[in-house]
Amino acid sequence: MHFGPHLLLAALEGLVTSAVLALTALGLSLVFGVMRVVNVAHGEFFMLGAVLAWAISTAISGHPALGFLAALVIAPLIVGAIALVAERLVLRRLNYNPEATIVATIGMLYIIQQLALTFYGPEARPVEPPFSYRILLPWFGYSGYKLSIIAASALLLIATWLVLTRTKIGLIMRATQYDSETAQAFGIPVDRVYGGVFALGAMLAAIAAVLIVPISQAHYLMGQDPLLLSFIVVIIGGLGSLRGTVVAAVLIGLSDGIISMFFSPTLAKIVATLLVAMVLVFRPQGLFGTASR
Amino acid sequence: MDKSKTFNLPKTGLTRRTALKGLAAGAGLAMAPGFVRYSQAQSSAPIKIGFQSHRTGIGAAYGRWYEKTTAAAVKAINAAGGINGRQVEVIIEDDGTDPGRGAEVVGKFATQHKTDIVFGTLFSHVVIGSAPAAGEAKMPYFVVSEGHHVASTKLNRYVFQPGITDVKSQIQSMAPWIAANAGKKVTQIFPDFAFGYDHRDYLPPALKAQGADVIAQIAIPPTESSFTKYFPQIPAETEVIYHVMVGPAVLTFVKELGEFYGSNRPQLFGFIDSLEAVDINSPGLEFLDGSHFWEGSPRYAQADDTEAQKAYRAAVGIDDNGAAVGDPKDVSTAAHMFGCWETLYVVKKAMEDAGYKGPEDRAKLVEATEALTAFAEGPEHPQGPKTFNGKIHQCFGIQNISKVEGGKLKVVHKTKIEDGLYEAEGDYTTQAL
Repeated sequence: MHFGPHLLLAALEGLVTSAVLALTALGLSLVFGVMRVVNVAHGEFFMLGAVLAWAISTAISGHPALGFLAALVIAPLIVGAIALVAERLVLRRLNYNPEATIVATIGMLYIIQQLALTFYGPEARPVEPPFSYRILLPWFGYSGYKLSIIAASALLLIATWLVLTRTKIGLIMRATQYDSETAQAFGIPVDRVYGGVFALGAMLAAIAAVLIVPISQAHYLMGQDPLLLSFIVVIIGGLGSLRGTVVAAVLIGLSDGIISMFFSPTLAKIVATLLVAMVLVFRPQGLFGTASR
Repeated sequence: MDKSKTFNLPKTGLTRRTALKGLAAGAGLAMAPGFVRYSQAQSSAPIKIGFQSHRTGIGAAYGRWYEKTTAAAVKAINAAGGINGRQVEVIIEDDGTDPGRGAEVVGKFATQHKTDIVFGTLFSHVVIGSAPAAGEAKMPYFVVSEGHHVASTKLNRYVFQPGITDVKSQIQSMAPWIAANAGKKVTQIFPDFAFGYDHRDYLPPALKAQGADVIAQIAIPPTESSFTKYFPQIPAETEVIYHVMVGPAVLTFVKELGEFYGSNRPQLFGFIDSLEAVDINSPGLEFLDGSHFWEGSPRYAQADDTEAQKAYRAAVGIDDNGAAVGDPKDVSTAAHMFGCWETLYVVKKAMEDAGYKGPEDRAKLVEATEALTAFAEGPEHPQGPKTFNGKIHQCFGIQNISKVEGGKLKVVHKTKIEDGLYEAEGDYTTQAL
């Protein structure tokens, strides 16, 4: 294949990765930004989203788009509810202590994974895409559904940004993030905000998973990769920074797509890790993060 | 943030009461029925087979079916009087499809469960990781893998693969068909670990001998979940794409290949590993229609199935489509799992030949297994007849090439045992026991 089309394919693949990564990483970044909780179980919420998408779409017969749309609405809600329960039962009782919550979320990771193994099983199961349109380019065919993931993710990111910057909910979240004690003094129910933010973070991961599951599959171990990549993205972008998360996700997604296509996937991972190291050395707060107070 | 609340471990230690409770519970357990010692003679105690199973990890679908097949075989063996008049008991430990844990599991069988042998696993990296532990413990280790690792004589004298043919032999017997029917310019796509390397290393010479060429080899990391980015490496003049993928991402691989090529695709020849435990009628797999697959034992019931094959399918509980009876979505790993059934019958034969009584006879068991030469097709070997080479601890059997037609796999060619024979690369029997 010639260089031009080759690069185009690499860029398209990279953008799909970026789109999903941005949503997943945003969830992780929000939870850390507001609550100072490093949620190691984030990848498992992603996995739960995919597994539930499979369950919902197989339960609904008819056109595949019906099942998919139902999954897109219901799966994140269920995952959000599970996250809320986990937050109430575990994180709150640890007073959101940073070290303790890391250990606790590692525990949650294994519990969720084993529950998925027990009730869903070890198989990878496919979910039918809502539509299957193959875009025929002169050099190769490309999935129309993959392109729609990029659009859907962009819309969701804009919606999240609007909520954070233009609504009262966003204002309360930002106030809690800025100084939780003062926010509490001004009558903001910090506890409830924390619960909501944790659920929202998990729901973003679940939405990302529902979007990707028709081109991937639902599998109980699928949470590991997105977790690692999300960490890379939030470290590079700056924890709690929406703009940083998106920029870093596009950077990592594209470099992964292009480097792994022209050179090797291992080199792409090396570059991503090197980027993390460089950012930590020269700009520990991340590209767009603000220095901690 | 308040650091003082980090970890507030209870300060109370072990009290006398807790200690007594623990002791009492322990004593109670020891007296429970499961712990009865066979005081009379060893001859009435069951033969214990440690089963190293992929219960979790990327091999889990295989592990589940390996367990079902093993349970069915053990049930049949016990119903017919067991081995040397003793019942067979299977103890299962999960290896997580992980080489490190695999080795631990073998150690656990040797020292904790004190099993007579260890049996089981599929994934080559687990076998390779576990083999040294089996050798050190002088524990006969019967694997139902597929890689060339046993036959290459790179492992040790305690490792056997008597129930399924190795990749080098499989490839060699199928290369003539590929060259004659699919095409002469072949691009290989294989997983980037031991099992994939067998394909990488043995296909080019096997095809060369048939006047065909491997023009590109594309290695894909086993954890990869998206494949489109590899497809531009497939040369335009490719006539056949030879694909062998393992793990949960196989379906994605085929779907993306379909999107990339559409109907204008090269011929496809796949190792069934790309499709094991996957419903062939899954969305996106229409692309495979008309392509060919290797199958050790056919997934779909065939018109010319032997009585032994029918009885075996009924015993392991798979229907004519190779799915679990009563659950058409639960597709089996039919092309590999027959190896568990057959290996257990090889173990039975070898233990009877050796007059095996207990772990002190393990060396005799190794020698008795090495003395075996052939297994006739029948209820004990439903996949087909096999020869066994005691020097390399490897069996050789027939292979099936099947065509995807109307959402089913139909066998179109069966190879002969001789097609897959090759020169032995070493001799395990020269190693000390």
